[in-house]
Amino acid sequence: MATDNNNNKNNQDKTNNTSKKGVTRRDVLKGIATIPVVGGALYGALKRHQYDNLVKSKLAEELQMSYEAPDIGERNTSDGPTIRLGIIGFGIRGNHLLRATGYMHPEDVEDWKKAAAVDSYDKRYHDFLMQDDLNVVINGVCDIFDVYADRAQRAAANINRESVEGKMGPAPRRYKNYKDLLAADDIDAVIIATPDHWHGTMAIDAARHGKHVYLEKPMTWTVEETYEVRKAVKDSGIIFQLGHQGRQTESYIKAKEAIDKNLLGKISLIEVATNRNSPNGAWVYPIHPEASPQTIDWKQFIGPAPSHPFNLERFFRWRCWWDYSTGLNGDLLTHEYDAINQILGVGIPHSAVSSGGIYYYKDGRTVPDVLQVAYEFPKHDFTMLYSATLSSQKDRGKVIMGHDAWMELGNSLSVMPDPSSTRYQEKIENGIIEPGRPIYSYIPGSTNVDAVTSATEQYFAGRGLLYTYRGGKRVDTTHLHIKEWLDSIRLNQQPSCDINAGFEEAITAHMATKAYHEKRQVFWNDVDNVIE
Amino acid sequence: MTKVNRNLSSIQLTLLVLLRLSIGWHFFYEGLIKLLNPGWTSVGYLMDSKGFMSGFFQSFAANPTTIQVVDFLNIWGLIAIGLGLILGAYTKIAKIAAILLLSFYYLSHPPFLSLEYLIPTEGNYFIINKTLIELLAIAVLLVFPTSKILGFDRLIFKK
Repeated sequence: MATDNNNNKNNQDKTNNTSKKGVTRRDVLKGIATIPVVGGALYGALKRHQYDNLVKSKLAEELQMSYEAPDIGERNTSDGPTIRLGIIGFGIRGNHLLRATGYMHPEDVEDWKKAAAVDSYDKRYHDFLMQDDLNVVINGVCDIFDVYADRAQRAAANINRESVEGKMGPAPRRYKNYKDLLAADDIDAVIIATPDHWHGTMAIDAARHGKHVYLEKPMTWTVEETYEVRKAVKDSGIIFQLGHQGRQTESYIKAKEAIDKNLLGKISLIEVATNRNSPNGAWVYPIHPEASPQTIDWKQFIGPAPSHPFNLERFFRWRCWWDYSTGLNGDLLTHEYDAINQILGVGIPHSAVSSGGIYYYKDGRTVPDVLQVAYEFPKHDFTMLYSATLSSQKDRGKVIMGHDAWMELGNSLSVMPDPSSTRYQEKIENGIIEPGRPIYSYIPGSTNVDAVTSATEQYFAGRGLLYTYRGGKRVDTTHLHIKEWLDSIRLNQQPSCDINAGFEEAITAHMATKAYHEKRQVFWNDVDNVIE
Repeated sequence: MTKVNRNLSSIQLTLLVLLRLSIGWHFFYEGLIKLLNPGWTSVGYLMDSKGFMSGFFQSFAANPTTIQVVDFLNIWGLIAIGLGLILGAYTKIAKIAAILLLSFYYLSHPPFLSLEYLIPTEGNYFIINKTLIELLAIAVLLVFPTSKILGFDRLIFKK
């Protein structure tokens, strides 16, 4: 090199001297001297590509996993008869359910429209307009708070998804008592989104009237009515869907495939969790200024619950009291359990223990704000732990731990090989599988489902920044879940979260509640079908 | 420019050429790897943009059409700039394009005190990061060109 350098100066001089004499051999050599460097980089990139492909194909051979997005929400149900719906309960969740069905209050549409005009990343308005038409009509609404009932009527009348100045359709009838709505001839199916203490009673009544039911979770408030709901639904033959919209989550569907193909090996422990850290997340919902004994039918609110004088906190923040609520178990454990039941088909656990307390929200509530539940599944030889706090936002996700690999599950899915795995031992030794690098990952909406996803892609996906869209549309799982229910009604088939899944969900939640109250391990007797 | 070159010592010229080749290699290899990975997209990177120009960069990611254009320009920009620097062909344009591209990377992820990014960094940076240093290195190459001595430009711009 040094010799070359010494020559350079001379060469420069010579070059300048000969610049008018045309291209010399030296010029050509110096002109093309760096071409080998291109070859070097090209060789490196191709080698790397070749290696990645080798790893991918070896892994694909080993895992036998498909890399396509699961086929959900693609069926076209709009054909066939229009389904005539009624909705009971138009609180926070009722609003979301009606929106997911295609109906939204014009003032809410206006708000979203304005928000989108200011912020081009705010896609809520766009997504709502793009949401599939489910070919339904809302013929009846019921809420025992006049303001909510009026809102429900106006939302249901908004047949063209217009904002305040748009053309509305006819307002549906408002029923002051849900029983009258259930008796109506012009209603085929009902969406029930009331407080927990009414779920079972209303579902039973609806089934007896032959109305198909979409019921918010949890399925029941007491153990006894769990059996009654199952009987009423089965006897009537109605199509029943429980509101665990997680059933429509793409990553859960892929997770089930991974479990079915035994990617994890023998599973011994499952951890699921709830973490929230806001008053809203802890059920301290706002109290409507127009709420009063004149605008609320308090007697109907109480229904099967213990009698209590009129109380606005209890009406709007009912989840904080066992009198109307099922606490963390009914509200949030059920989502986690149902996801695991969907993926692993665990069924009802053999036993449950639970502990916790009211540690942060000392606002007069009776349900705990910190809770742990341990379920044993001796038939499957594993434990499921649920752990929750309403005063820390640390994201813990779902983790399924097997001898060969563990799975981390959220909106995306990744399967990490265990360094001491038996199944993958050989591939770990020869470098095909690298501990610390996922052997399978699935990011919803990604065009590139690969075993080998780049570290940065993993990083972004894990934090929800990537691929929140599917086919250019943001997916609202609640919309897909309602769509599946309507599908099932038209095709007379069972939806994914049917009465059997609902029964398992309710019993599982009740076992945890019983264990918490009685401070002991409770058991499911699967011979007599009772909690002991 | 030629005047300056004439005054370069051999060691100066060698190091400048090595610097040019290294930066060229960096661009070229990065472009190739992205090209060979069909699923690669800049969406995540752009969405992670912070600082006073984040709105501008995130707007590219928000639209599926613009993101395709951005991805295409990024991949082929990296490859073309890399080739230009390594081969010493049209290096002036390549260097200006490289400075432009690097200033986009820098401005989309400025290393300011209050900004935290999702991608972990391997070091600690405040105002000065490796992107900025690479940008400045290219600026140096721009004022000390070597491609007319060693590179295609020697043949291209031969009069």
